[in-house]
Amino acid sequence: MFEIVEREEMAQGTIISNWVRAPKIAKKAKPGQFVILRANETGERIPLTMADTDPERGLINIIYAVVGKSTALFKTLKVGDAYLDVIGPLGQPTHLEKVGKVVCVGGGTGIAVLHPITRGLKQLGNHVIAIIGARTKELLILEDKMRAASHELHICTDDGSYGHKGFVTEMLKKVLTENRDIGLAVCIGPVPMMKFCSQMTKEFGVKTLVSLNPIMLDGTGMCGCCRVQVGGRMQFACVDGPEFDGHQVDFDELTLRLRSYLPEEKLAYDRFKASLGQGCSHKS
Amino acid sequence: MSEEVKAPKKEKIPRQKMPEQDPQVRRHNFNEVPYGYTPELAMKEAERCIQCKDPRCKQGCPVEIDIPGFIKFIKEGDFEAAIRKLWEKNSLPAVCGRVCPQEIQCEGLCVVGKKDEPVAIGNLERFAADYQRLHGRDILPPKAPPTGKKVAVVGSGPAGLTVAGDLILKGHEVTIFEALHAPGGVLIYGIPEFRLPKEIVAHECRYLERLGVKIEVNAVIGRTETVDELLERFDAVFLGVGAGLPMFLNIPGEHYIGVYSANEYLTRSNLMRAYDFPNYDTPLVRGKKVATFGGGNVAMDAARTALRMGAEHSYIIYRRSHAELPARAAEIHHAEEEGVEFLFLTNPVRFLGNEDGYLTGVECLKMELGEPDASGRRRPIPIPGSEFIVEIDTAVIAIGSGANPLLTKATPGLALNKWGYIIADPKTGKTMKPRVWAGGDIVTGAATVILAMGAGRLASNSIHDFLTYGW
Ligand SMILES: Cc1cc2nc3c(=O)[nH]c(=O)nc-3n(C[C@H](O)[C@H](O)[C@H](O)COP(=O)(O)OP(=O)(O)OC[C@H]3O[C@@H](n4cnc5c(N)ncnc54)[C@H](O)[C@@H]3O)c2cc1C
Ligand SMILES: Cc1cc2nc3c(=O)[nH]c(=O)nc-3n(C[C@H](O)[C@H](O)[C@H](O)COP(=O)(O)OP(=O)(O)OC[C@H]3O[C@@H](n4cnc5c(N)ncnc54)[C@H](O)[C@@H]3O)c2cc1C
Ligand code: SF4
Ligand code: SF4
Ligand code: FES
Repeated sequence: MFEIVEREEMAQGTIISNWVRAPKIAKKAKPGQFVILRANETGERIPLTMADTDPERGLINIIYAVVGKSTALFKTLKVGDAYLDVIGPLGQPTHLEKVGKVVCVGGGTGIAVLHPITRGLKQLGNHVIAIIGARTKELLILEDKMRAASHELHICTDDGSYGHKGFVTEMLKKVLTENRDIGLAVCIGPVPMMKFCSQMTKEFGVKTLVSLNPIMLDGTGMCGCCRVQVGGRMQFACVDGPEFDGHQVDFDELTLRLRSYLPEEKLAYDRFKASLGQGCSHKS
Repeated sequence: MSEEVKAPKKEKIPRQKMPEQDPQVRRHNFNEVPYGYTPELAMKEAERCIQCKDPRCKQGCPVEIDIPGFIKFIKEGDFEAAIRKLWEKNSLPAVCGRVCPQEIQCEGLCVVGKKDEPVAIGNLERFAADYQRLHGRDILPPKAPPTGKKVAVVGSGPAGLTVAGDLILKGHEVTIFEALHAPGGVLIYGIPEFRLPKEIVAHECRYLERLGVKIEVNAVIGRTETVDELLERFDAVFLGVGAGLPMFLNIPGEHYIGVYSANEYLTRSNLMRAYDFPNYDTPLVRGKKVATFGGGNVAMDAARTALRMGAEHSYIIYRRSHAELPARAAEIHHAEEEGVEFLFLTNPVRFLGNEDGYLTGVECLKMELGEPDASGRRRPIPIPGSEFIVEIDTAVIAIGSGANPLLTKATPGLALNKWGYIIADPKTGKTMKPRVWAGGDIVTGAATVILAMGAGRLASNSIHDFLTYGW
């Protein structure tokens, strides 16, 4: 059992942060790697990137958006509750190196995945420009941590409620235009965001890393359900990735495969919400 | 009773059929297909064995079970003695009785089979094990005094379970490390409930735990810990990680929604119990027209799972003919009875899909059989212009599996062959890396349960020698 020792609700309860006791994983994990979690015996295996680790206390930090049945179930877990299974660290760590000037772009919960990478790039002596975005001010996460992990921080909201009004891609274009010496871009967020950021950086000829989130099952390269097309070759995101060269990724295929279980996901989520409703009425 | 079956009439007893669920009923449920022998049926079948002095059947069993020996005890109604006899050579008789390809192993050589049907050795083995599990006394074999030596077993498939079971009895401390959240390997994530109930595998694992074996699940060796780290804490390490790498057809359209590797399809339905969705959270597309590609046990399992998940048509598309199907005879027979439709001499060329990304069909070519190839089987050759389309909404690719590189890549010092399998001494299981042994599918490539167990037995003997005498 993997106990939750700290829990925080972010972005008005749409995003949850958990610190979970998993000493072996905490000792081994590097930026960019993920874990697979299962809440209980009937649960799904859900992949989440480690947003941070505390090897001394044997803790890992996961930050997840509540989007469906399983993440809604995770949200019901309180401090002192535990995940039944936590498996990891999985995937290839980010290849962190000194390139000079870099730009790190994060959207939504992607910011949580981006943060340790940004921090690592800064520690290596890179000049780090960060761009983070959300739909609206209340949904923006980790602003302070991202400010500390970078030299320059740009904030975008779709509705203009905070920072620049508009998408992160527009800010990315501005930054790339003004900084012709940028040697690397790291873009992590929703699939359309990563797709358009990669198109943009390609125009500028800047090498780009993205972190892909296909549906996964085992996370060890055994089932092939996480297959993605990169440079025309089939790759398994759980073992070959999850980070890939954004200029080589077939984002349209990824978008399509992410829709595999839409009807089932909706059914499961609706049933779960209904059962939660019943649970509450029992208590009152 | 015994008067009726006096010696001269003995060979006249026909092979006793195992009662099974009706095909039309069972194609809609996940319960086990055969019910197993009753004690009466088992004793009657045991009468058919003529107790050969130099039993041919034993030569066909990779772990050399004393087959006439255990059958004699069944005949006499001493079922506990029968299971003890089996346990001498085989720690998973309930599993092997169900899944061994008996027709090419033990039963294939049985002398009774020359004129009549062979003695149902597999069914009898299964009976003895089931009887012990359900009605037997709770007996544990004796354990040697502790040696203070520690062994790590990586992977909990038949190879790893065999090594653990052997070495714990010899007094060593044993810890199994398993990447998934449940132990058993293919027995738990691959072979379906209707063929091998998960409770049987769980029972075997609990039995090992009662003997003192520690089982650590969620431990991906190569990631959570490396083999080199295990070597710091353990005196010897056995690698039995199986052949867990899915093969795809590498034809256009394999990304469409509804195209699965057999590993994914079976893991979802078995390990994650997608057949019980939404009571279990993991989903699986419930196809109405499902095609499985391949002709082995894995393909039969997938095609029969598809029926149980509600498919109206479940096809097996295989590029050779019926005679070349590599699956166990019993599985082919069961699949046919349940209504699986076989398209022989047919090879897929591309998958077709709609604009939403859902699979809608597969284009295939007809084949004819040419000259025998290196494997001795006649090589299928495409017939030009014979393209045709099969309408399907789900495809399961069951054309084999390869060596998963996750552990081997993270383990310096292991020697691999050109396909990525670990090179190990076939007599001892020793790898090129000191204090590391390997066996099962990760050495031989995808094979059988009993061969993996046989490899485990050789390795455990060698590990024991090493821990005891230092060689
Ligand atoms: C390597 C990796 C790292 C990830 N890291 C994070 C993270 O740090 N924070 C975060 O909020 N999310 C992360 N995700 C996405 C997260 O796994 C999904 O949001 C989660 O599985 C949704 O489950 P659900 O039951 O709540 O929603 P569902 O209703 O099942 O699905 C909602 C959405 O999630 C996708 N999804 C469903 N099941 C899976 C699955 N097993 N694996 C991946 N995606 C799935 C669906 O396509 C759909 O778009 C990551 C995914 C991967 C592959
Ligand atoms: C669907 C299907 C049906 C089959 N039917 C039959 C049949 O009817 N009869 C028959 O004889 N054979 C059958 N087989 C073949 C048989 O199951 C295998 O040959 C046998 O299970 C191999 O045993 P193993 O111990 O080598 O590996 P496996 O059973 O594959 O077990 C390996 C275990 O190691 C774990 N592992 C892998 N990597 C790591 C790691 N890095 N760290 C920790 N653990 C790890 C895996 O999760 C797995 O649990 C079938 C196979 C399949 C897939
Ligand atoms: S283990 Fe397999 S081959 Fe050996 S006797 Fe039993 S069924 Fe036959
Ligand atoms: S060969 Fe057949 S008849 Fe002879 S001992 Fe074996 S099972 Fe019995
Ligand atoms: S999740 Fe199964 S291979 Fe990647």
